Amino acid sequence: MSKRMKGSGSPAGPGSSSGYAVLAEGVVKRYRGKGGAQKRALDGFDLAVRPGAVHGLLGPNGAGKTTAVRVLATLLRHDGGRAEVAGLDVAREPRRVRSRIGLTGQYAAVDEGLTGRQNLEMFGRLFHLGNRAARHRAGELLDRFGLTGAADTGVTAYSGGMRRRLDLASSMILDPDVLFLDEPTTGLDPRGRGEVWESVRALAAGGTTVLLTTQYLDEADRLASRITVIDRGRAIADDTPDALKDRVGGDRIEVVAADAGDLAAVAGAVGRVAGGGLVVTDAPARRVHAQVADRVAALTEVARGLQDEGITVEDIGLRRPSLDDVFLRLTGHGATDDAPPNGDAENRGTGNHDTSEVAAA
Amino acid sequence: MTALEQNPVTTGVRRPRATAYWAVSDCWNIARRVLTHYQRQPVAIVWQLGFPILSLLLYGYVFGSAMKVPGGGDYREFLMPGMFAMTMAMGFMNTAVAVVTDASKGVVDRFRSMPMAPSAFAAGRGTADLVVAAAELAILAATALLIGWRADGGVPAALGGFGLLLLLRFSLIWVGVWLGMLVPTPEAAGGLYAVAFPVTMISSTFVSPSLMPDWLGFLAAWNPISSTATAVRELFGNPVAGGGTWVEEHALLMAVVWPLVLTLVFLPLAVRRFQRLSR
Ligand SMILES: Nc1ncnc2c1ncn2[C@@H]1O[C@H](COP(=O)(O)OP(=O)(O)OP(=O)(O)O)[C@@H](O)[C@H]1O
Ligand SMILES: [Mg+2]
Repeated sequence: MSKRMKGSGSPAGPGSSSGYAVLAEGVVKRYRGKGGAQKRALDGFDLAVRPGAVHGLLGPNGAGKTTAVRVLATLLRHDGGRAEVAGLDVAREPRRVRSRIGLTGQYAAVDEGLTGRQNLEMFGRLFHLGNRAARHRAGELLDRFGLTGAADTGVTAYSGGMRRRLDLASSMILDPDVLFLDEPTTGLDPRGRGEVWESVRALAAGGTTVLLTTQYLDEADRLASRITVIDRGRAIADDTPDALKDRVGGDRIEVVAADAGDLAAVAGAVGRVAGGGLVVTDAPARRVHAQVADRVAALTEVARGLQDEGITVEDIGLRRPSLDDVFLRLTGHGATDDAPPNGDAENRGTGNHDTSEVAAA
Repeated sequence: MTALEQNPVTTGVRRPRATAYWAVSDCWNIARRVLTHYQRQPVAIVWQLGFPILSLLLYGYVFGSAMKVPGGGDYREFLMPGMFAMTMAMGFMNTAVAVVTDASKGVVDRFRSMPMAPSAFAAGRGTADLVVAAAELAILAATALLIGWRADGGVPAALGGFGLLLLLRFSLIWVGVWLGMLVPTPEAAGGLYAVAFPVTMISSTFVSPSLMPDWLGFLAAWNPISSTATAVRELFGNPVAGGGTWVEEHALLMAVVWPLVLTLVFLPLAVRRFQRLSR
C-alpha cells in the first residue's frame, strides 16, 4: 500500500493551513466542576506536530493529556484558542477531520460483544469501505497486528495487549493522516508494552503522523522524535528527547555512603567522573550524585576508586532521569505532588533558574 | 458535496455517495452490530423476554380473578393489552442500559471519532431494538393466547394494534438513548427503574383511571401508556373501561400523537447528546 501525499504536508495560504499535521494555539478547555466552579483542564495549550513525526505528549496524571487529545480528535469542544488537524479546523470541520484521523483512547474502545474480526469489519463498514473492502481490510489488519489466530474469538477472551492491538488496528482502518494514541501502554505488562511499541514504530515507518501521550519519559524517548511536556494544561517544554534529557541532566551516578564521615571522599571519587559537572551532596541522606556522560565507565571507575581508598558504601548505582526529574527541572515541583520542592529537590534542581524561562516560553 | 468525497484515502473502494445513503447504511451497520450481540449471546434475549412473560402470567393469574372491570368484561382480556403496552414502554430501559454500557466502554468515543452519520448511533440502536421488540411482542401475544386472551376485532384491527404498540416502543427508544448518554454508569442506569416503575403503574395498565383518586386518575388518563393501552383494547375488541374523559375518548388519536410528540422531542435530543457528549 503506497502512502499518499497528505494534504497536511503542503503548507497552504497564510493563516489557514499551517503545514503542521497538528496545531494547537492557546487552546483553553474548561470543565464545569462542583458548585459552578470552573476548572481549566487546558489553559492556553500550544502544540505543533510536523507531518510524519511521532510526537510525544508527556505529562503526569491530570496534566490535561486526554483533554488535549479529545479536543484534537473532535470529541470535545474547546472554549478558546485554535486547533487544527491535517490543516482542518477541528471546531469548524469536525467531520472532515474525522475522516483523516485515527484514535486510540486511554481505555480500549473495542466492542466486547463481538469477535476481533467482527469489530474490524464493523468499523470498516462504518468508515464506508463497503462490505468487501471492509472484510479484506480486517483480514489485513488482523494479520499485521498478530491477531489472526484469535480473529474469531470474542474480545472478552483477549488479553490486555491483544485488546490494545485490536484497538490500534481499529484506528488504522482508514490509514489515517494523524493517529492519536492516549497512553497506549498504560496498564500493559512489559510484553504487551513491547508489542504496542513495535506497532507504533511500524506505523511511523509507514509515514503516519502519531501524537502519543504518555506518563513515561522512557516511552516518549523510545518512540518520539519530539516531546512536548504538559503540566496543568500548558505546554511547559517542547524539544527533542535528547535536548530534553540534556536539560534534565542525563544519567546520574548515585552513591550512598555507609559513614557520613566519608562523604567528602565519596564526593571526590564521584567528582573525578563528573567531567567538571556539578556534584551534589545530600548530607542527611549520606548521598552524593552527579551527572555522567558514559554511565558504565563511570560506575566502574567510581566503584574501583572507592574500593582503592577503602571506603564502604551502602549503595551505588545509576539512575536514568524520570518524568519526575523532568518536572523538578522544568517546574520546580514534582510530577505527582503540588508541594513545594523539598530539600533534596533543591539540591538536585541546582540551576533551577531556567524554570521561569521555560514556563514563559 | 460531502466530506467523504474529498478523502483520497483507500481510493478505489470508497465511492462518493449521497449523505442520505450513508445515513441509512451507517444506521443499518449499527443495528447489525446490536443484533450480532444478541446472536452471540442468545441468553440475553431469553432473560429479556423471561421477565415480561413471567409478569404476564403472574398478573394474569394473581389478579385475574380478583379484579373487576368497570363496565363489565373479563379482567384478563382487559389486562393483556395493558401488559403489552407496559412491556413496550419499559423497553426503553433496555435501550438506556445498552447505551450507557457502550458509552462507559469507550466504543461510543470511537464511533464519535469516525466520519459516520451523526444520526446513525441513535437510529441504528433504535432499528435493532425495534426488531427485538417485535419478536418480544410476538412471543408475548402467543403466551397471552395460550392463557385465553383473544383479539376479536378482526385481522386489520389487530395488526393496527400491534403497530401502535411498536410505535410506542419506537418513540421511547429516543428517551432511552438520551437517558443512556445522560447517566454516568451502567449501575446508575438501574436507578431509572425507580422512576420508570411508578410511571408505568400510574396508567390504565392494571386498573381504569376512573377508579383512582381524581388527581391520580387524571395523570393516569394522560399517561401515553394509557392511550396506547386503551387504543389497543379497542382495536383488539377487549374490554376498555374508559372513564369518559376527552383523552380516553380519543385514545386512538392520542396513541399516535403521543409517540409523535415523544419522538419529536427526544430524537433530536438524543442525536445532539451523541454529538456533544463531552465525558
Ligand atoms: N469530565 C470532566 N469533568 C471535570 N473535570 C475533568 C473532566 N475530565 C478531566 N477533568 C479534569 O481535567 C484535568 C485534566 O484531565 P485529563 O484527563 O486531561 O488529564 P490526563 O493528563 O489525561 O491525566 P491521566 O494521566 O490521569 O490520564 C484533571 O484535573 C481532571 O480532573
Ligand atoms: Mg488521560
